[in-house]
Amino acid sequence: MNRRFVSIWFRHLTTDWLTLRRPELKTVPFVFVAAIRNKVVITAANSLAESQGVVQGMAAADAKAIVPGLEVIPDIPGQEEKLLKALGAWCIRYSPQVAVDLPNGLVLDISGCAHLWGGERGYLKEIVTRLISKGYDVRAALTDTVGASWAIARYGKIKPIIEPGEHPDALLTLPPAALRLDPLILDRLQKLGFYTIKSFIGTGRSALRRRFGQDFILRLDQALGNEEEVLQLLQPVEPYTERLPCMEPIRTRTGIEIAIKTLLESLCKRLAAEGKGVRTATLKCYRVDGEVIETAIGTNLASNQMVHLFKLFELKIELIKPRLGIELFTLEAAKVEEVDPEQELLWSPEGCGLEDTALAELLDRLANKIGADKIHRYLPQERYWPEQSFKLATSLNEKPAALWRKDRPRPSLLLPRPEKIEVTSLLPDNPPMLFIYKGTRHVIRKADDAERIEREWWEDQGLHRDYYVVEDEEGRRYWVFRSGHYADADSTWYLHGFFA
Amino acid sequence: MLAAKKDIVKQLQKQILQWEGFAPPSAKKVGNIGLGEIESAFPNGVFPTGAIHEMVCPTPEHAAATGGLMAGILQSLMKQGGACLWISVSRTLFPPALSTFNVAPDRVIFIDAKEEKQVLWVMEQALKCEGLAAVIAEVKEISIVQSRRLQLAVESSRVTGFLLRHDPRKLGANTCVARWQISPLPSILADGLPGVGFPRWEVNLLRVRNGNPGSWKLEWIDDRFIVRHEQVTDGVEEKRIAG
Repeated sequence: MNRRFVSIWFRHLTTDWLTLRRPELKTVPFVFVAAIRNKVVITAANSLAESQGVVQGMAAADAKAIVPGLEVIPDIPGQEEKLLKALGAWCIRYSPQVAVDLPNGLVLDISGCAHLWGGERGYLKEIVTRLISKGYDVRAALTDTVGASWAIARYGKIKPIIEPGEHPDALLTLPPAALRLDPLILDRLQKLGFYTIKSFIGTGRSALRRRFGQDFILRLDQALGNEEEVLQLLQPVEPYTERLPCMEPIRTRTGIEIAIKTLLESLCKRLAAEGKGVRTATLKCYRVDGEVIETAIGTNLASNQMVHLFKLFELKIELIKPRLGIELFTLEAAKVEEVDPEQELLWSPEGCGLEDTALAELLDRLANKIGADKIHRYLPQERYWPEQSFKLATSLNEKPAALWRKDRPRPSLLLPRPEKIEVTSLLPDNPPMLFIYKGTRHVIRKADDAERIEREWWEDQGLHRDYYVVEDEEGRRYWVFRSGHYADADSTWYLHGFFA
Repeated sequence: MLAAKKDIVKQLQKQILQWEGFAPPSAKKVGNIGLGEIESAFPNGVFPTGAIHEMVCPTPEHAAATGGLMAGILQSLMKQGGACLWISVSRTLFPPALSTFNVAPDRVIFIDAKEEKQVLWVMEQALKCEGLAAVIAEVKEISIVQSRRLQLAVESSRVTGFLLRHDPRKLGANTCVARWQISPLPSILADGLPGVGFPRWEVNLLRVRNGNPGSWKLEWIDDRFIVRHEQVTDGVEEKRIAG
């Protein structure tokens, strides 16, 4: 496809912004100044000041002499970039590919977008009038290359839209400064009498390179379209993204629902055709007042079932506050995975295990409501220490690598921390005769022999545990242990679990 | 005359149950749950699946015993290959212990909710999911309205639900199909053998909808439940200690 670029030039970016913030400055000539090399220099002037002969780079004192009522405001470093980023984010409604062009411009890759606004003329007019009505003094141009658009926007005098393929001709009459060249090179060109691009474009490349360097040739080629220019996009485009601009701002829940459904439908159709499914997706709602509301969902198994994904978003619709209305919805599937075709084969209301889609969908809903970290599944781990005898499964379809051990008795309930008990026992290595737990005396009637569980010395140093299964006179069964040897001074008894 | 009246009453009770959403269970589909004689306490002599059971656990010891019995029931319920959800706020269940009762712990999904309200919300969502073998929730209190919501959820999905009532303040009325209380009993070993024997419990069915409450002594031996009637004399009671 023929690529088309729009370059927008904000002629008085920072001063326009300040005028918007402080309307009383509208009728006052004012400048931004900054100290550069022990000299207070003007970094930006508003149009009133400019009309009276104040230009950028002039010393503030000189300017004050020219314009008596000049207001001098200290420069805010980094303000241009901040403003351009915000304006660029606003421009995403016109094209998903927006790049900031410091110090005072934006570049939009609008390939395939213009027809949505009824052709390129209407498109460019819409952008410019909207920006001007916001209060920014802008000029824009639309050509085949970034370089040519930049040049026409700033130096073009005839028309802002250059038909495909005609940009080399349109550049001919412009000054060399339109090529985004280094000031040193511009000086040299000036001295040599090259006042327009026309005057040197016919010269041999090698001669130009020898005199003006490789950078000069690169800029020239970029403007002519011989060299690809890569834009640093404000928002990198996700490969799976759907957009839905709205004719009128959406303000109702039903409207949002329809928008989400429409987006999901086209996304799922595309994913299904490629055999893929969503793992994480983000819905962005661009509001009329410039705010962007994001909501994200995640799934346990990759899914391209529209109904299911919609259910996940449905839980979050109430978080989307439309206020004055939403004019653009985008849906990005940031993480996409292959869908296991078995999933659908196994789907049936009966006899489904963990691979079941219905279960995965249920867990997705729960994870999106209460948090994925609240859902656990455990797999056996080949370690004896009771607290470490199982580990968290990373996914729903992870299979146990070992068998669950059944050879040693393990309690149904395990206290998160062993609790201290007072114990009387007959002989050093005998199970206790009685113990007191939370003020209740338990007389032991039956007990099993000790099971010694050693600590894993390579992990932590500490006392081993001698576990006993004991049953008191009422038939209540407990798991108690003595930490360390009987004779040790620091050996203590703990209750650790309850048996069924 | 009296017999005829009894018949009519029985018929009417059955109808009321159906209107309330308790479909008569089909024995063929579920198969034996393995509780033996206890199943006769339920209507038609079949353990009601696709319904909600309430288990009362006043102390951790009761909870442990209940956990054992539940795991035994889960073993039968999960035979068809379904998964199981365990929802709680502060969980003490030791997952590896489930394997003692032939339940693969990796087929149980544990959900740790923030509060009781969330437990009930999760349970309702889970009960709507056809194909789950069982949903277990640990809650302290439940109102009749909340239990009605759960009942409506199981009516369409036929998932079996268990409510573990830990340390309940009051046991109010609710729509659960049965109220159980399981207490541990001293284990029994054959003469002269030292140590702790097989798990043994007293199963009390405090309330059964349209059934007969009762009390049984139950043991878990060789991977199945055995109901004991006779009072076996405990031969090893005096020999306390093994080895």
